[in-house]
Amino acid sequence: MEADTVLAVTGLTKAFGGFTAVNGVDLAVRRGSIHALIGPNGAGKTTCFNLLTKFLTPTKGSIVYNGRDITRDRPAEIARQGLVRSFQISAVFPQLSVKTNVRIALQRKRGDSFDFWRSEDVLKPLDEEALRLVEAVGLSAFAELPAAELSYGRKRALEIATTLALDPEMLLLDEPMAGMGREDVERIEALIRKVSHNRTILMVEHNLSVVASLSDRITVLARGQVLAEGDYATVSKDPRVIEAYIGSGVGHAH
Amino acid sequence: MADIASTDAPAAGLSVREIDDGTERLHRILMIGIAVALVIAPFVTYPVFVMKVMCFALFALAFNLLLGFGGLLSFGQAAYFGMASYVCAYAAKFWGLSPELAILSGTAVATLIGLVFGALAIRRQGIYFAMITLALAQMAFFFSLQTPGFTGGEDGIQAVPRGRLFGLIDIADDRALYWLVAAIFMGGLLLIYRIIHSPFGQVCTAIRDNEPRAISLGYRTNRYKLVVFVLSAALAGLAGATKAIVFQLASLTDVHWSMSGEVVLMTLVGGLGTIFGPIAGALVIVSMQNFLASLGSWVLVVQGVIFVVCVLTFREGIVGIIAKWSKRPL
Ligand SMILES: Nc1ncnc2c1ncn2[C@@H]1O[C@H](COP(=O)(O)OP(=O)(O)OP(=O)(O)O)[C@@H](O)[C@H]1O
Ligand SMILES: [Mg+2]
Repeated sequence: MEADTVLAVTGLTKAFGGFTAVNGVDLAVRRGSIHALIGPNGAGKTTCFNLLTKFLTPTKGSIVYNGRDITRDRPAEIARQGLVRSFQISAVFPQLSVKTNVRIALQRKRGDSFDFWRSEDVLKPLDEEALRLVEAVGLSAFAELPAAELSYGRKRALEIATTLALDPEMLLLDEPMAGMGREDVERIEALIRKVSHNRTILMVEHNLSVVASLSDRITVLARGQVLAEGDYATVSKDPRVIEAYIGSGVGHAH
Repeated sequence: MADIASTDAPAAGLSVREIDDGTERLHRILMIGIAVALVIAPFVTYPVFVMKVMCFALFALAFNLLLGFGGLLSFGQAAYFGMASYVCAYAAKFWGLSPELAILSGTAVATLIGLVFGALAIRRQGIYFAMITLALAQMAFFFSLQTPGFTGGEDGIQAVPRGRLFGLIDIADDRALYWLVAAIFMGGLLLIYRIIHSPFGQVCTAIRDNEPRAISLGYRTNRYKLVVFVLSAALAGLAGATKAIVFQLASLTDVHWSMSGEVVLMTLVGGLGTIFGPIAGALVIVSMQNFLASLGSWVLVVQGVIFVVCVLTFREGIVGIIAKWSKRPL
C-alpha cells in the first residue's frame, strides 16, 4: 500500500441474500484528493458507503483507513477516527433548530456529553462557530428555524454543514447536490473545493459536470463491480463506461 | 434558489429566538406557579390526595423523560417503581432506617435494576425493546410474588413506620410529611427539567430525532440511551419509594404490569414529550380514581375508555393541546 493512501479497500463484497450488491470492489483513495464514485442507479454506490462506515457489515473484504484495519469497527468508532459520512436521503435532526443541528456535531469536541446535570448554557461558546458553518452553506436566515421546516435542498446544505462541523479528516458525501437548485449547487461546489484543501473527499454524485470539475480521480461502478478508474477524460472515453450508462438509460441527475 | 426560497420564510429566524427566551421565562413562571400551588394545596384539600398525585406525577415525569425525550418506549416501569417501594418499606420497617435513608435505599435499588434491565434491553429497537422491558418487569413481579419473606406476598408490607426525618423531625402527621413529599417532587421536576436542557439532553433529542445520523457523528448512542434509561428508572424508584412512606404500604399492585400501563396512560393524557403534561395527566387520572372509587373495578373500564378516546381524538394530550394552541413548548 502506498504511504499516501488514506483509504484502501480490497475485495469489498456485500450480498443481500442471493443478490450481490457490491462485488469484490478494490479502491484506493489518495490523501488530500477528491475522489468521485459514479455509476448508474443501483450500481452499489450507497451500499459501498454503508460498508465503509460500517452501517452495513461486509460479507467479504477489508477496509484499511490510515493504515488501520477498520473492517470490524463499529460505526460510531469510524466517525471518531475522522471518517465521516453524509447520507443520500437527507439526514437532519428535524426538531432541533438549524443552529443546534450543527452544534450537536460541534459538541463532539467536548468528548462525550453525559453531563445531564449541567445547563446547556455551557454549549453557548459553540454557537459562534455553528453560525459560521451555517453561513458557509447559505442558511444564515434560517438558523433558528427547526430543521424540519427547511426545503429539501436546504436540508442537504445543513447536512453538509453538520458534517463539516466535525472537521473530519476524510468526508464521504453521498449525492451532496441532489435536489438543489443551480445557485445552491454552485455554492456547495465552491464549499467542497474550499474544504478539500486539508482533507480527503470521497463523493458519490450524479451531476457529471460537478464530478468533472471537482474530482481528481473517478471510479466507475456498475452492478457492484469496478468498471473503470482514472481521471475524467480517461473515464468518460472508456467504451465500457459509455455502454453501462447507455445500457441503464441514465446518464446523469434525475 | 427562488423555487425553494418560497417554501420557507427567510425572516422567521428572528422571531423564533425571541420566543425561545420568552419560553424560558414562561417555564420559570410555571415552576413557581406549581410551587405556590403546592404550598396552598394542603390548606384547601386533603394532603394525602395531593401527595398521591405528586408521587404519580413524578413517576409519569420519569416515564416521559424516557419516551418523550429519549424516544424509548418501556412497558416495564412498574419494576422500578414497585421494587423501590418494597425496598423502602422493608428498610423503614425491619431495619428501622429513617425515612430519607429508606427512600434513598429504594431509589438506589431501582437505579441498579434499571442499569441491569437497561443493559439487556437497550440493544433492541422499537417494539422489541418494549417487549423486553415488559418481560423483565414481569420477572420482577414474579420474584415479588415468590419471596413473601421480603415482600409480604399478597399482603404486602403494611404499617410501614414513617419515622423521623433525619432522625429528628416527626413526620407521622400527614401535614408534616407533606412538605417532604413536596420537596422531593419539586426536586425531581427541576432535575428532569435540567436533564432535558443539558448537553446530554441535546444529544438525547438528536438520537430520538435521527439515531443513524447521531451515530455517523460519532455518538455511541447506546450509552446515551442507557444513561437516560437508568435516570428514568431512578426517578421512578424515587416516586415508588416515596409512595411507600406516604401510604405506609408496599404491595404487589406497585410491581404489577397494570402500574406500567397506568403511567403510560397518565403521560399520554397529559401530553407526551411536553414538560408539564405528565403532572396534568397524573392529576386527572388520580382524581378520577378517587372520585370513581365507588365504582370498583369499573374504574378500569372508564380508564380504558379514556385511553381510547385520548389516542383517537387528542393525541397531543391536555398540555400538548394547550402548547399547540398557544404556540409555545410547555
Ligand atoms: N438493504 C438492502 N437489502 C437488499 N437489497 C439492497 C439493500 N440495499 C441496497 N440493495 C440493493 O443493492 C443495489 C445497490 O443499491 P445502492 O443503493 O447501493 O445503489 P446506488 O448506486 O447508491 O444507486 P442510486 O444511484 O440510485 O443511489 C440495488 O439493487 C438495491 O436494490
Ligand atoms: Mg445511492
